[in-house]
Amino acid sequence: MSRRSLPEINAGSMADIAFLLLIFFLVTTTMDVDTGLVRKLPAMPEDEEIIDDSQIKAKNIYVVLVNAKDQLLVEEELMEISQLREGAKTFLDNWGKNPTLSDNPQKAIISLQNDRGTSYEMYIKVQNELSAAYRELRDREAQKKFGVNYTELKGDNKKEIRKMYPEKISEAEPKNVGGK
Amino acid sequence: MSRFKKKKGSGTPAISTASLPDIVFMLLFFFMVTTVMRETTLLVENTLPQASEVKKIEDKSLCSYIYVGAPVTGMKAKFGTEPRIQLNDSFKLASDIQEFVAAKREATAEEKKPQLITCIKADVDAKMGLITDIKQELRKAQAFKINYATYASVD
Repeated sequence: MSRRSLPEINAGSMADIAFLLLIFFLVTTTMDVDTGLVRKLPAMPEDEEIIDDSQIKAKNIYVVLVNAKDQLLVEEELMEISQLREGAKTFLDNWGKNPTLSDNPQKAIISLQNDRGTSYEMYIKVQNELSAAYRELRDREAQKKFGVNYTELKGDNKKEIRKMYPEKISEAEPKNVGGK
Repeated sequence: MSRFKKKKGSGTPAISTASLPDIVFMLLFFFMVTTVMRETTLLVENTLPQASEVKKIEDKSLCSYIYVGAPVTGMKAKFGTEPRIQLNDSFKLASDIQEFVAAKREATAEEKKPQLITCIKADVDAKMGLITDIKQELRKAQAFKINYATYASVD
């Protein structure tokens, strides 16, 4: 009987307390998603293994060099970063027309080499431009075949396009040319 | 006075706020569940570069983060101004990376091990020399999947 005499607790301020907590979590929540360029590193070469790249014809390799001053040397010619995407696209999409460029996109390899003094920003720019070249070619092919962009494709269709334009960006074993 | 009385009588009844706490609690639980508290404090300056060809990382729990950059202002006196590597909560050398990757691999469930990815969060002012060292160490540690963290930009 004594229980009945207890006054009821006022729950009116519960909403205020809940609001307080809600605002705290609202403020601390970060909804950012991590984005970035995904790459796959090659396995370490075995000591006794001799790297034999003589089978690959020189014309199928697109040599991109970046020096310590963030300058680009593409196929032994100085180039601006804004031209790299078009340059890579012409190289990849040559299909044997120009004898100095690649035979076909499956055989084509982009070889990227940078100096220890190259800035990270420049390196990412170069990687981005090369990815963009592949992406544009894939998009074009996907549009032609399926009427949609490459990223919207699924399963076998996506595989087909990827097989047609495989992303082959090779990075040379690090060298220290330009000094510190 | 009679005017007020009249109004009260004919107006619409007040909306009940009894369910307000329930609604607020619902929102609260949503934010509590989705919140991820930052587990490391940054000791390095970390302005990521911009790139347009970015991919999203689906599962952050599979990521091991390597931060690279010049020490923040308070740390400069002790650790210098040159870009350095930060693993977890302290400055480390490139040679510590193999151990770091191994520890992450140890803590991951067997079926998820192939999906492990290393996120390199490097400052724009970092030099490739340091990044190359990191990459070489990762190759030695057989952690081949890497992600250069960048901000997404539109061209």
